[in-house]
Amino acid sequence: MNPRYLPLTATIAIFLIAYAVCIAQYPNMLSTRVIGNLLTDNAFLGIAAVGMTFVILSGGIDLSIGAVIAFTGVLLAVLLQSTAIHPLAAFVLALAVTTAFGALMGAIIHHLEMPPFIVTLAGMFLARGMAFVLSIDSIPIKHPFYATLKSVYYKLPGGGRITLIGGLMLLVFAAGILIAHRTRFGANIYALGGGTATARLMGVPIGRTTVMIYALSGFLAGLSGIVFSLYTSAGYSLATVGVELDAIAAVVIGGTLLTGGSGFVAGTLVGILIQGLIQTYITFDGSLSSWWTKILIGLLLFAFILLQKGLILATDRRRRHA
Amino acid sequence: MQPASSYILSATGIDKIFPGAKALNRVDFSLRRGEVHALLGENGAGKSTLVKCLTGAYRRDGGRILVDGADVDPQSTLEAQNLGIGTVYQEVNLLSNLTVAENLFLGRQPKRFGLVDAREMNRRARALLAEYDLDIDVTAELAAYSVAVQQVVAIARAVDLSGKVLILDEPTASLDTHEVAMLFRIVRRLKERGLGIVFITHFLEQVYAISDRITVLRNGQLVGTRETADLPRRDLIAMMLGRELVQEVAGEHGAKGEAGPVRFRFRGFGRKGHIQPFDLDVGAGEVVGIAGLLGSGRTETAEILFGAERADSGTAERDGRTLDLSSPRAAIREKFGFCPEDRKVDGIVGDLSVRENIALALQARRGWARPISRGEQDRLADHYIKALDIRTSDREKPIKLLSGGNQQKAILARWLATNPDFLILDEPTRGIDVGAHAEIIRLIESLCEKGMSLIVISSELEELVAYSSRVIVLRDRAHVAELTGSAVTTDGIVEAIAASAGRADP
Ligand SMILES: Nc1ncnc2c1ncn2[C@@H]1O[C@H](COP(=O)(O)OP(=O)(O)OP(=O)(O)O)[C@@H](O)[C@H]1O
Ligand SMILES: [Mg+2]
Repeated sequence: MNPRYLPLTATIAIFLIAYAVCIAQYPNMLSTRVIGNLLTDNAFLGIAAVGMTFVILSGGIDLSIGAVIAFTGVLLAVLLQSTAIHPLAAFVLALAVTTAFGALMGAIIHHLEMPPFIVTLAGMFLARGMAFVLSIDSIPIKHPFYATLKSVYYKLPGGGRITLIGGLMLLVFAAGILIAHRTRFGANIYALGGGTATARLMGVPIGRTTVMIYALSGFLAGLSGIVFSLYTSAGYSLATVGVELDAIAAVVIGGTLLTGGSGFVAGTLVGILIQGLIQTYITFDGSLSSWWTKILIGLLLFAFILLQKGLILATDRRRRHA
Repeated sequence: MQPASSYILSATGIDKIFPGAKALNRVDFSLRRGEVHALLGENGAGKSTLVKCLTGAYRRDGGRILVDGADVDPQSTLEAQNLGIGTVYQEVNLLSNLTVAENLFLGRQPKRFGLVDAREMNRRARALLAEYDLDIDVTAELAAYSVAVQQVVAIARAVDLSGKVLILDEPTASLDTHEVAMLFRIVRRLKERGLGIVFITHFLEQVYAISDRITVLRNGQLVGTRETADLPRRDLIAMMLGRELVQEVAGEHGAKGEAGPVRFRFRGFGRKGHIQPFDLDVGAGEVVGIAGLLGSGRTETAEILFGAERADSGTAERDGRTLDLSSPRAAIREKFGFCPEDRKVDGIVGDLSVRENIALALQARRGWARPISRGEQDRLADHYIKALDIRTSDREKPIKLLSGGNQQKAILARWLATNPDFLILDEPTRGIDVGAHAEIIRLIESLCEKGMSLIVISSELEELVAYSSRVIVLRDRAHVAELTGSAVTTDGIVEAIAASAGRADP
C-alpha cells in the first residue's frame, strides 16, 4: 500500500475497533440514533476542523477559530435581539465578517512574513474581545426561523435523525474533499505545505493562496458559529473556548502531518467521529468522569504523532535506497 | 549585429543588489532563437542570480528585459512561465510531498467540468516522461525516487513549460553520462524548434559539446559573449578566472603519495540489500578512488564505511584494533569524516552562518559540553574561507545566501576542520568551478602528504585518475574490480565499468 494512506487507514481501523468495543459492551450503541447524534453534536467542531485541515496542510495553524465561533454566535444573537433583520441576512453578514477577518490574517501572515501562530493568536484575542464588547451575557435566540431550521431532519431507518446541522457538516466535508483533491487551489495548498520557497519557484501564487486559505478557515469558523448558535439557540462570549485545540486534535488524529503537506480531509472526519465516540461511550457508561475523554484523546494524539514519526523515518529510508 | 527583435530574449543593464553585496552590475545578456547559450563563471559570479532576475524569482534593481522584442517585467515565476520561459533552478528540489504527476502539472492541471482531471493528468505525465525513457509510477510521491530521477522530472517539467526559452541551471550535476546524453538529445530537438536555451554548468566538456555561444560573468559583471567555436578552452578559463589557470586538472600530478603501510582494514564488510560484502585496505596517506555508474553502490559504500548504515557483516580494523562504526557518531569519534553527495539534504543548515556550518562537525565530535571558543571558530572559518576560496561577504552570512558552489565548499571545510584520519568524499568537485576545482585537488594531495587516508567517489574519471593510487570499480552494488598502479587510467576504468551486463538502474 502507498505509505501516504497509512495514517488514514490506521485512523479508520481505530475507529472501527473502538466502535466494535463499544458495541460489545453496550449493544445499544449500534443504532442510527447514536450515529445521528454523533453527527449533530459534533457538527460545529467538524465544520471548523475542515478549515483547520486546510490551514495545517499548508503548513500553518489557525488558533482563532474557537473565538470566531463564539463571536459569530454573539453577533447573531445581538442582531436578532435588537434588530428586525431576518436570520438568513444575519447569517450572510456574519459569514462576510468572519471571511474578511480570516483573509486579513492571511494577508498579514503573507505580507508581513509573520508566523501564523502569532497572527492567529492575536486574532483569537481580538475575536474573543469583540464578542465581549458585543455582550458579556448569554443571549437566548428565540426567532421562530431557528425553530423551523431545527425541525428539519432526515429520518433514518431505526429512528435516528440526520439533522440539518449534521447534514451540513457532511456536505462541508464532501466539499472539502473536492477542494483538496480536485481543484488547483487544493493542489497549491499541498504545495505550500511542501515548502514555500520551492512552491514559489514553481509558480504557485503564494500570496493569493495564503489569503484564500485563511479566508476559507474564517468562513468555515463563521459557518461553524452559525451551526453552534442553532445547536444551542444562544450566543455567549465565553462559549467554545479551546475548540481550536479540539479541531487540531481531530486533524492530527485524522492522519494529517502537523508540519504540513500531507494528509486528508476525510481523515479529519474520522478524527471527529473518534472524539465523538469516546464522548458517547462515557455518556453511556455514566460513571466515568468526562475528563476521560481528554485523557483518551491525549493518548491517541500521542500514538499518532509516534506513528507519523515512524512513517517519516521509513519513507526516508526507502527513498535513500530507491 | 542582428536587430534587437531577432533575439527571443534580451536583457540589458541588469542590476541586482543584495544587502552587503552587489550580485549583478549592469549585465547584458541576449539569447537568439534556436541557440544554446552557455552562461559561465566562477562560483558566486552571479549566474543563478541573473537567471532568477529573468524569471521573476527576484526583483531586479535595474535594467530592461525584452521577450520577442517586447518589454516584460515578470513579477513572479508564474508570469515568466506564462511568457513561455521554463526553468530548472539550481536548487531543483521539486515538491517531494506531491506525486510525480502533480509536480509536472502544478498550476496547469488538466480540467474536466471545472475540476482537476487526475486520470488525464497521470496519463499525460506518463507520456511526458516516456520521452525521457522514464517508466515510473507517476502517482507515487516524488520523495520515493532518487535524486537523479527527481532531476529528470524537474527537467521534463521545465521543458514542457518552455514555449520560447528554456533555462537550465546546473541540470547535469546529479546525472550520469547516459542521462546527460538524453538531455542533450532533447535540448537539440528544442533548438531545432527555434527555442532559446540557457545552459549553466561547470563541466566545460559539456559546454563545448552543446553550446553555440558563451557568456561569461565574473564578480557580477559581464566579461563578454563569444561564439563557442572561436573560444579555445584556455581563453575561456582565463575569461572566467581573470587569470591563467596555472595547471588545469587532469594529467599526471607528481608522485601520487606512495601508499604507506595498510592502516584501515575492512574484511567482508557489507549489509544485506545495500552493498555486498567487500574487502578494502587503505594505507596512510593513500587515496582510493571509487568509480561506477549511478546506483552501482558508490554512495552505499560510503554510507556503510561511515556508519550511516550499519554493517551487518564483516570487520573493520585500524592498525589491528577493531573500529566501532555502528553510527555516524561512533565513526566521527574514530576520526572518520564523510562529505555527502546530496548536500542540500544531508549537508547545510541554511539559517546558520558560514562559521557555524564549518564548526559543526568538529563541535559534534567534541561533544556539546565542550564548546569551541568563538575565537577558535573565527580562526577556523577564516582559514577555510581563504583556503577554499569561499566567496562570501563575511563569515557571519547565513549559508543559504551563498551561491550553490560556495555552499559546497563550506561543507567540505566542515569535514576538513575535524582533521580526520579517514575521510570519505562523495563527488567533492561537483558544482565547483574550474579554479576552485584545481584548489580542491591540490588540497586533497596535501592532506595525503600529511598521512590522511582518503576515499574519493567521483564520476569524473580524469580526476580520479589524477589523484588515486588505486581505483575500485563498483557494479550492481558489489565491488567488482580493483585497478592499481599503471592500470589506473580512464580507459581502464571505463572498460571495467562497461564489462557489466548493462546500466544499473538508479
Ligand atoms: N538572497 C541572497 N542574499 C544575499 N546575497 C545573495 C543572495 N543570493 C545570492 N547572493 C550572493 O550573490 C552572489 C552571486 O550568487 P549566485 O548564486 O548568482 O552565484 P552563481 O554564479 O550561481 O554561483 P554557483 O556556480 O556557485 O552556483 C554570491 O556572492 C551570493 O553570496
Ligand atoms: Mg548558481
